[in-house]
Amino acid sequence: MKHLKSILLLLLIAFSPTFAQAEEASEEELNIPEIVLEHLSDSYEWHIASYEGKHLSIPLPIIVRSENSGEWHLCTAHTLPEGFFFNTERHGKIYETMPNGEVIRPLDLSITKAVAQIWIVVIVLITVFLYCANWYKKRDAKSDAPKGFVGIMEMLVVMINDDVVKSSIGERHYRKYAPYLLTAFFFIFTTNIVGLIPIFPGGANVTGNINITLFLAVCTMLAINLFGNKEYWKEIFWPEVPLFLKAYPIPVMPVIELFGVFTKPFALMIRLFANMMAGHAVILSFTCVIFLGWSMGVGYGLGLNLFSAIMLLFMNCLEVLVAFIQAYVFTMLSAVFIGLAHKEHHAE
Amino acid sequence: MIISILAAEGLAQLGCGIGAGIATIGAGLGIGKIGGSAMDAIARQPEATGKIQTNMILTSAFVEGCALFAIAACAFLIK
Repeated sequence: MKHLKSILLLLLIAFSPTFAQAEEASEEELNIPEIVLEHLSDSYEWHIASYEGKHLSIPLPIIVRSENSGEWHLCTAHTLPEGFFFNTERHGKIYETMPNGEVIRPLDLSITKAVAQIWIVVIVLITVFLYCANWYKKRDAKSDAPKGFVGIMEMLVVMINDDVVKSSIGERHYRKYAPYLLTAFFFIFTTNIVGLIPIFPGGANVTGNINITLFLAVCTMLAINLFGNKEYWKEIFWPEVPLFLKAYPIPVMPVIELFGVFTKPFALMIRLFANMMAGHAVILSFTCVIFLGWSMGVGYGLGLNLFSAIMLLFMNCLEVLVAFIQAYVFTMLSAVFIGLAHKEHHAE
Repeated sequence: MIISILAAEGLAQLGCGIGAGIATIGAGLGIGKIGGSAMDAIARQPEATGKIQTNMILTSAFVEGCALFAIAACAFLIK
């Protein structure tokens, strides 16, 4: 109680403009939306820190194919070949100037920050699971119970496999899909968690990048539709509704159902993307509050620092929860949709 | 003329903000109802907690999905 009062007093002092030393406009204007968007987007180098105008960053390989000459270039962001430039109007992507002055986007297969981050996650996952698999190989799986790290991994795998995959798809078909769904879960979960680490081996906004969630959603869509059984397709094209709804004059129900085939994965894509991007954006905004506060004066700086630190701690804890829930929800919804595509024939 | 253009832009931004807010209200109501009912159900049948929780998360994911569509649309419109 005592502490609460003193904290409140400190906040009160900090927020009252009389105590704050009104500093005249600082040299460089803080552009918070730009900073946040820059951190959210993919980039050609892995920026770590800046100090007095000097940037410390890990260069990542840029691989572009020139539309002009047709040859491939391998370089870094600092040694960009002639004719290429970073187009600031188009999110800093590489563009090429043709001899006739036209500006086009060349074929760009660069190892960007997001790609590097995915590779790091993949290496982590392979190490973890090969280690766990090794444990089971050496021992008798029936009698020995795993402890420690292997135990945690077994708990997670069994939880997803039994509670999500098996119960949503059903005893008969779940084995075929369990590898894909478990991979999706652990990939999304690890990328989400690693994305919350602010410095080098993490911090890239991978699952908050719509291209990656699009790919995951397309995988789920293929898993649903390629192996759907006869009942599933019958439900779509010839559902049990009155004839005028499904054949003549307008086949309303088939159109709606066919639309549903695409909206399900679309919702998966948007859900994961929006949740992770919003989380990153909120954390970055609270970080920017610190700089905003200090640019307004010492009093504001101290007060807003305190506020920002508390909110950042809270948001980061919340994001750890969200990271798990989103991976869980993605896996569960994929499993439910796959389960719907394996409907058992029910007698009328 | 200029004032009306500026006002129109301001109104557009206002619309984005209000749209996001309404979407959030809807999602809040929906998820609140799901959570409340789930709590009721768990209080009545504590042994079914696991099943209820799974379905609760699943249903709230659907509601949240709708809200996120709206919020994504508003976020893309806002400047």
